[in-house]
Amino acid sequence: MSGLALQDISMRFDLPNGSSVQALENVSLDLKPGELMSVLGPSGCGKTTLLNIVAGFLAQTSGKLVLNGHEITGPDAERGMVFQKGALFEWMSVRENVGFGPSMKGMPRAEKAGIVDHLLDVVGLQDFKEKAVYELSGGMQQRVALARCLANDPDVILMDEPLGALDALTREKMQSLVLKLWKETGKTIILITHSVEEALLLGERLIVMAPRPGRIHKEYRLPFAEMGVGADLREVKKHPEFGSRRDEILGMIWDMEEEIMGRTEVAS
Amino acid sequence: MTGLFVLFIYVGIFVGAYLIVTRVIHPAAAKDYTSLKTVTFGDESAVRPNRWAGVISILTIFLIWGMFTGSTLLPKFLHAPAPFEGTLEFTYTAEAAGARDDATVTVIVHPREIDTDAPEVDPGDGFAKNDSATIAQWRTGLVRVDSNDEITKSDGAQVVAINGTPIAPGETVAIDNGTVTLSDKGTPNVAPSRGWQMEPLYLPPPEDVWTRTFTVINEGFRSFTLWEHLGYSLFRVVAGFLLGALVGIPLGYAMGLSNWFRGWFDPIVEFMRPVPPLALIPLVIIWFGIGETGKIILLFLAALWIMAIAARSGVSGVNISKVHAAYSLGASKWQIMRHVIMPNSLPEIFTGARVAMGVCWGTVVAAELVAAEQGAGMMIMVASRFQNTDIVILGIILIGVIGFGIDMLMRYAERLLVPWKGKA
Ligand SMILES: Nc1ncnc2c1ncn2[C@@H]1O[C@H](COP(=O)(O)OP(=O)(O)O)[C@@H](O)[C@H]1O
Ligand SMILES: [Mg+2]
Repeated sequence: MSGLALQDISMRFDLPNGSSVQALENVSLDLKPGELMSVLGPSGCGKTTLLNIVAGFLAQTSGKLVLNGHEITGPDAERGMVFQKGALFEWMSVRENVGFGPSMKGMPRAEKAGIVDHLLDVVGLQDFKEKAVYELSGGMQQRVALARCLANDPDVILMDEPLGALDALTREKMQSLVLKLWKETGKTIILITHSVEEALLLGERLIVMAPRPGRIHKEYRLPFAEMGVGADLREVKKHPEFGSRRDEILGMIWDMEEEIMGRTEVAS
Repeated sequence: MTGLFVLFIYVGIFVGAYLIVTRVIHPAAAKDYTSLKTVTFGDESAVRPNRWAGVISILTIFLIWGMFTGSTLLPKFLHAPAPFEGTLEFTYTAEAAGARDDATVTVIVHPREIDTDAPEVDPGDGFAKNDSATIAQWRTGLVRVDSNDEITKSDGAQVVAINGTPIAPGETVAIDNGTVTLSDKGTPNVAPSRGWQMEPLYLPPPEDVWTRTFTVINEGFRSFTLWEHLGYSLFRVVAGFLLGALVGIPLGYAMGLSNWFRGWFDPIVEFMRPVPPLALIPLVIIWFGIGETGKIILLFLAALWIMAIAARSGVSGVNISKVHAAYSLGASKWQIMRHVIMPNSLPEIFTGARVAMGVCWGTVVAAELVAAEQGAGMMIMVASRFQNTDIVILGIILIGVIGFGIDMLMRYAERLLVPWKGKA
């Protein structure tokens, strides 16, 4: 049994004031090895919570997570995480950041240096190897984060809005990089994003989540990720289906946001 | 009064230098990015210390110091009026049994450190005889003019006029270079004019402090050399601080990482934090005496809480993403401690260390003021008891310089060891 399976995952946060938030309710998913899935949804629909549960940082209140036949109970090097920002180690150089995982495993120096060199080539940061990470631009920092995650050779890569803090142009380049890495490494990737276009481009599968309680609202299988590998993403966006999907999903999320607003207005 | 005058001079130099520097010198200053900003008021980044102002500010302090102490470093015309030195003369009129007679009083006003004998004067005629006296500069003196008169006070003689001006007990008459006040008992009290300068006893001129510096360097002070005094103070600070850091940092880490430690030590730390270390001095002296142990324990306590709180906030300040990332990269708890939490807390710890060193330096001086056999604080305390104001000032300057040096050193170490501070 390989792949990642989420079986009826529910998550309830009990608040100090006695009330509780149902952040996730009966979320079930099956991801085959090498699948690229993007997750969309309005703010507060439980995307981060879901990813944190898969990463093992949070324990679900009910349900079961199975990866390659064993149950997930906590964080592990088999599931790598890429954060929006602030997760690099400022006290380490680019090289040390990328080599962090192998160092923790006690990998021999030479072997580690080989991996780090290779990954820095892949993400195009060979010239910045000895630089401090805080000297790099936001886009470069995210490349370091990607390389650091890959250096550990995880089975699953989890990304929580990894490109959310980047400017539009850098973001486009990084989207191409993510597609390239996905294809080259064959990793299972779950990517959370706020951008509908990004979700369409970076998802063989795309799930749209709905809030209160957080649940999977709709699921798509899309051809754009496959089309985008090694191609110009702007061309992909011109595909007629791309436009219609985008409008459809935008409308869906728009309605959800409206509904949330309406509810808060009634409540106040 | 003099104080107001000093303030006027100070403000005058401040404004004058500003006008001169900004009008005459600054227009020629180099053009840089900031000089092209049109909005500078309210833009803190455009406010940079004016170098001229800094230099003139320091010079002004020495200038005013020199002016009002009659420093030989300054040309005489810059001096504030000096206290009178030389011979004063005035006549008094004594009245006894309806008769009046004048006599002259000669007063030699001499510098305090030079002992002078009263001059011999011709007694003159009449029942009131001429007198002489000596008074040190800045002092006043009662002159018992009647003591050599044929009719003394106890016989009913009274001083009724000074230099021909009628005077009654409690009243004052101005004479050349001074004033004469008749005391309640009718004895003239002579006050030679003090000028505007400070008495060396209160404020010695800069060159006196300077020469005294070399005397103290060469001869030491109270059986210890100057370096020993400063060295002892520094040693206490460093020892107390290191002990405090050695205990405080692990304690802070434990408080940042464990509920039990946090619960156990929070009340203690939160209570001890606002207690000024100076308030502990009496208790520490009672328990440990005035020796090294007591001082080092005091400084240990001063540094301990600061370092514990710094380490604690260093741990709680770690971006949870970093910890999560490290776990996902396969790090164990110990590895996260060693490679994430510890380096991440270093900037906070350095900030704490700078504060702690400052507090320790202040505390050690205060503790030495109270009781010590050597040290910078003891030096100024003992010097003040013996009215060696120059040593007191020297000590204060040295304490300031060392405190500043400590802070610069800590900043330098910080730049060197935690270059990522504030870059996260
Ligand atoms: N630690 C927590 N304690 C209480 N409520 C939480 C906590 N984390 C998330 N929530 C709540 O769970 C819901 C989902 O949050 P999150 O997963 O962050 O949403 P998203 O990432 O989709 O914006 C929100 O309503 C949020 O307020
Ligand atoms: Mg989120």
